[in-house]
Amino acid sequence: MRGALAAIAVKELRDGLRNRWALSIALGLAVLALVIAWFGPAASGKVGFASLGATVVSLASLAVFLVPLVALLLGYEAVVGEAERGTLLLLLAYPISRGLLLAGKFAGHALLLAAAITVGLGGAALVLAATGAAAAEGFWPAFARLVTSTVLLGWAFLALAYAISAGAREKGRAAALALVSWLGLVLVYDLVLLGALVAAAGRLPAWLFATLLVANPADAFRVLNLTGEAAAEALGGLGGVAREAALAPPLLVAVLLAWTAALLGLAFRRFARRPV
Amino acid sequence: MSGLLAIRGAEVRFGAVAALRGLDLEVRAGEVVGLLGHNGAGKTTTMKLALGLLRPQAGSVRLLGVDPAGPEGRRARARVGFLPENVSFYDSLSGREVLRYLARLKGRPPAEADRLLEQVGLAHAADRRVRTWSKGMRQRLGLAQALLGRPALLLLDEPTVGLDPMATAELYATIGRLRSEGVGVVLCSHVLAGIERHIDRCVIVGHGRVLAAGTLEELRARARLPVRIRARGRWREPPAAALGEGEGVVARRLNGHQIELEVAPERKLAVLRALAAEPGVEDLDVRPPGLETLYAHFDAMLHRGPQDGRGEAP
Repeated sequence: MRGALAAIAVKELRDGLRNRWALSIALGLAVLALVIAWFGPAASGKVGFASLGATVVSLASLAVFLVPLVALLLGYEAVVGEAERGTLLLLLAYPISRGLLLAGKFAGHALLLAAAITVGLGGAALVLAATGAAAAEGFWPAFARLVTSTVLLGWAFLALAYAISAGAREKGRAAALALVSWLGLVLVYDLVLLGALVAAAGRLPAWLFATLLVANPADAFRVLNLTGEAAAEALGGLGGVAREAALAPPLLVAVLLAWTAALLGLAFRRFARRPV
Repeated sequence: MSGLLAIRGAEVRFGAVAALRGLDLEVRAGEVVGLLGHNGAGKTTTMKLALGLLRPQAGSVRLLGVDPAGPEGRRARARVGFLPENVSFYDSLSGREVLRYLARLKGRPPAEADRLLEQVGLAHAADRRVRTWSKGMRQRLGLAQALLGRPALLLLDEPTVGLDPMATAELYATIGRLRSEGVGVVLCSHVLAGIERHIDRCVIVGHGRVLAAGTLEELRARARLPVRIRARGRWREPPAAALGEGEGVVARRLNGHQIELEVAPERKLAVLRALAAEPGVEDLDVRPPGLETLYAHFDAMLHRGPQDGRGEAP
């Protein structure tokens, strides 16, 4: 039973390493992170590592765009891909439960994603450290927080991808739905929320704003990283609002984990009802 | 255990579409049952039912004595091998990796996967990626995974599709060997030619129900289809006249030295004796109705309706 779970997870891990998915994501993330850390301050007239706060905010902005997309791309095929290949019918004829199959696949993908993020952002941190940035106070803790929260963000969107995949009839539709969710949650939601905030001209109650912020894992991630001690200096606006709304980091971490759990629960339910 | 699989009166509907309407299927240890029918006749649905992947809306399914869709179904599935139609496995893994993975899911040691690769003749290609394999090799990998854990019952869905004649012969040899070891086999196929010799019993399905079931001899007896006899020889007047044409015999001249007779089964021997006694006849060829003819017969009967179904009586 447990052997089967591990076997499924290891197989997904091996797939991701074999087709160089993890490697390309880690490399891409590291290169982009370095470019942003290096050229981010160009607007203020200089190039190079500026301040820890500004760097963390830039990298968090990069992560909030890229990582959800990467997680959705990794996971949207999880169920519907096996179904189209014919292997889902085969695996379900084996003496394993549907729940075990989904749990094993998710575990493998979650580890793969975490490894790619850690290596990518960690690699960038090492390069920055080699140029002397590590001298900044709180450099390593700030990066550790960034990596951890980015992994949690990735898992929430991976769970969303699983929920989409478990209910999708065809791979194409799962891909389309994943892309639409990315656009909606990462781009549109934030825009609408800021618009509403401006339109309401400060009359929006803080609790409602806070609720709207945590109602989207991408925004929960943003707030988590924009309110970090190091980032607060670099960014007043949203961070200030979030702090006023009493969104403490532990609460935000809990929100991200809750999103992962809830979406994964949805995936299990849809998979249990899926006809083969 | 003798009754490996027992499906009784199973009805399965997908929305408004009835996939199975009262299907019966029984498989005992050491027999090969051919589940035959067109695409869409309900063969794959029957397999899913046997594996507990579907529940019937009416009727019952017992796999190795338990309900396959119930809590004990998982243990029963550990003793069943299944080869689905059109499975493409994992292209980026090698054959050995695929089979070792599936072995672990079935709770079997990796050494068993290696042994089975050897047994199905894939040892030489085992460490190449499945992507580079031919259709026939993939199909053999499919058979190998079905044999994991020494199953008591094998469900094979269109196992010969894409196999060359040699590989098909090997497949049937493997099935024959397993049968002699007491394994029960369900062989699903829409290709009827050449399958007769390899099955003990056939169940002909169409439109979600059993059109006919039994051994080939039983089906022939029930269908009462004519036997075709070809006579070749030298004659001025075809010998047909001497054979009592009209009484269960229809003669057709193929050319100057060949005739074909369609003879009712009960007249077969009399006609053969008469032909053998004719001085001009040099050779005789007797062809009983094959599976394809029988299938066409029972399928046509379904469309005509049971009221004038000659042979529909048990």
